[in-house]
Amino acid sequence: MELTGSQILLESLQKEGVDTVFGYPGGAVINIYDDLFDSPIEHVLTRHEQAAVHAADGYARCTGKVGVVVATSGPGATNTVTGIATAYMDSIPLVVITGQVPTPLIGNDAFQEADMCGITRPCTKHNFLVQDIRDLARTIKEAFYIARTGRPGPVLIDFPKDIQVTKHKFKYPEKVNLRGYKPTYAGNKRQISKAGKMILEAKRPVLYVGGGINLSAANEELVKLAEMTQTPVTTTLMAMSGFPQSHPLALGMLGMHGTFYANMSVTECDLLIAVGARFDDRVTGRIDAFAKKAKVIHIDVDPTSIKKNVAVDLPIVGDLKDVLTKMVEQLAEKPDELQKLVEKTSDWRATVDEWKKSHPMAYQASDSVIKPQFVIEKIRELTADDAIITTEVGQHQMWTAQFFQFSQPRTFLTSGGLGTMGYGLPAALGAQVAYPERQVVDISGDGSFQMNSQELATLVQYRLPVKIAILNNNFLGMVRQWQQMFFDKRYSQTCMELPIDFVKLAEAYGATGLQATSVADVEKTIKKALETPGPVLMEFKVAREENVLPMVPAGKGIHEMVLAS
Amino acid sequence: MKHTISVLVENEFGVLSRISGLFSGRGFNIESLSVAPTLEPNISRMTLVTRGDDRILEQINKQLNKLISTIKVIDFTGEEYVERELALIKVNAEADSRAEALRIVDIFRANVVDVTPKSYTIQITGAPAKIDGLVELLRPMGIKEIVRSGPVVMGRGAKGVSA
Repeated sequence: MELTGSQILLESLQKEGVDTVFGYPGGAVINIYDDLFDSPIEHVLTRHEQAAVHAADGYARCTGKVGVVVATSGPGATNTVTGIATAYMDSIPLVVITGQVPTPLIGNDAFQEADMCGITRPCTKHNFLVQDIRDLARTIKEAFYIARTGRPGPVLIDFPKDIQVTKHKFKYPEKVNLRGYKPTYAGNKRQISKAGKMILEAKRPVLYVGGGINLSAANEELVKLAEMTQTPVTTTLMAMSGFPQSHPLALGMLGMHGTFYANMSVTECDLLIAVGARFDDRVTGRIDAFAKKAKVIHIDVDPTSIKKNVAVDLPIVGDLKDVLTKMVEQLAEKPDELQKLVEKTSDWRATVDEWKKSHPMAYQASDSVIKPQFVIEKIRELTADDAIITTEVGQHQMWTAQFFQFSQPRTFLTSGGLGTMGYGLPAALGAQVAYPERQVVDISGDGSFQMNSQELATLVQYRLPVKIAILNNNFLGMVRQWQQMFFDKRYSQTCMELPIDFVKLAEAYGATGLQATSVADVEKTIKKALETPGPVLMEFKVAREENVLPMVPAGKGIHEMVLAS
Repeated sequence: MKHTISVLVENEFGVLSRISGLFSGRGFNIESLSVAPTLEPNISRMTLVTRGDDRILEQINKQLNKLISTIKVIDFTGEEYVERELALIKVNAEADSRAEALRIVDIFRANVVDVTPKSYTIQITGAPAKIDGLVELLRPMGIKEIVRSGPVVMGRGAKGVSA
């Protein structure tokens, strides 16, 4: 049977197991939307294309599935760029389908034309312009394959309007044949056994774990490796939900706002085992001072991540699940040597525990003013272990990473690499679509929230019971903190002077709005929000000039922290 | 250090911009780049000359390989290879300098491919250093225009490179 291009697209999506797409209609995708009308695929209409991408990204992060977006050409397509770049930096699998002007008009500056393959080349894993209906099904197959395999990432398909209406026989390819793309999954056994040997010889080992741990679903293997070798584990922002933070071996986050004990452990360790992490500058601080006493083992599925920023003594290219499984198996065959290792490294763990005791993660509690960290601790206390937490970007994001003790994989969705304000609300929306029964909370700041607040409408329309906690300090808090510390308190353009009535804003959209102005209100407000059906916005009037500490100033080594007094 | 790299790529929409964009986006330098289809029409071969230390070259190699459209990357540094570039040089050639120009062309085994009463257009092929040498000798006569193809390279020996 012959199908039109847009029908082939929808049939192909179903072959890929897609049941939900996020998007926004327009002239260049109107045929797709017409066919969507009769399709079993659910479509979630966001109020901005950027939000559609973040929602698909949130959906992908919490499920591990590929998130799918549809947007129209020109401005619709360019609006997706921040979302795509966000997903790219954090290696999140997406397929973004953008309408394009008809092929004869491409390059003519036609109405709502933008060169999306050109614009998204540096922020997609790959992109396609469909130029021939005969290529369409194969292109979609390849797009999904590329997005979800290897180091995952977003893939864009630019889909001209004339091809959407061209008819062709539909046959979905069984196999992908990309001669230039063959990701390495199996870690080299000899390298892995060398790594095992280095671990057994270490006196002060540390595991440094990144977002790859969740992407590869290697969380259990990581816990096994850490426990059998009794190695302390520090996690990047992307991996805070990758290792249970209540675990005795957990060191919390490292880097610019890392814990004292994580940063000291990395500085003093003699073996750093990097697992699905990429030595980002926010993690390393001054690079020549980073882990300089340590030999480095680096395990990553993406060879370009290895030796990009730091010298590596032992590289292992492969999927973490495969590599860690083999590593655990190999080590398990040497119980005596493991025993020796654990004995030999007990002094090291004692030192680490000393650091934990001398400089725990803490803040100055208050009875008179709501401390933002206190709100985060209370949300943790009152939500379920499997609650999905999203954040925007800034101080609230760092406090969430520092104080929310994540315990389950894929429960913390945050824009790590790109640092996109306005990510959290639409990501929460996408997560709630994926898991209607689970608690989903967007921890937000007053600045970030206003970057995608229009998505309140989407939450209400689809009855998505996302809870939003705005930690309102009427500042762009993180920039203000830098201005306080490094610019002589010259608060240039960081004071959000107009007080917004967030309760009314929520109510205007048909959501519930709650406000907490005193410490005593905090618990009550969170409980009420969690009990209230439908979306609820909570505004917490928090201490205005609270700072995120510890902090490593730019250009310093991560052991040179400004600590909480 | 200078590196000459051959890249086999899918001959498809946008592939040149993927390669050049990779270099500009990551701050790698390109001294020259030449590209044309191979015997297999759906594969193109690029030859590019770049500079960088070992760490940068390792990244260039890996990043090129990471592109979905890239089939194979060969860095010829440390290998035995033949390197050839083509240049066309339009040089002033009037009365007194005409004979001198021809002598130089002869020494370099170059050819004159276009002649006017005032100029010669000279074609030369060879290693880039040889072309540099010819350019130096012709420069005093006044070079009106020059175009160089950038080098292409091939490994020595019986073995061929294929996708």
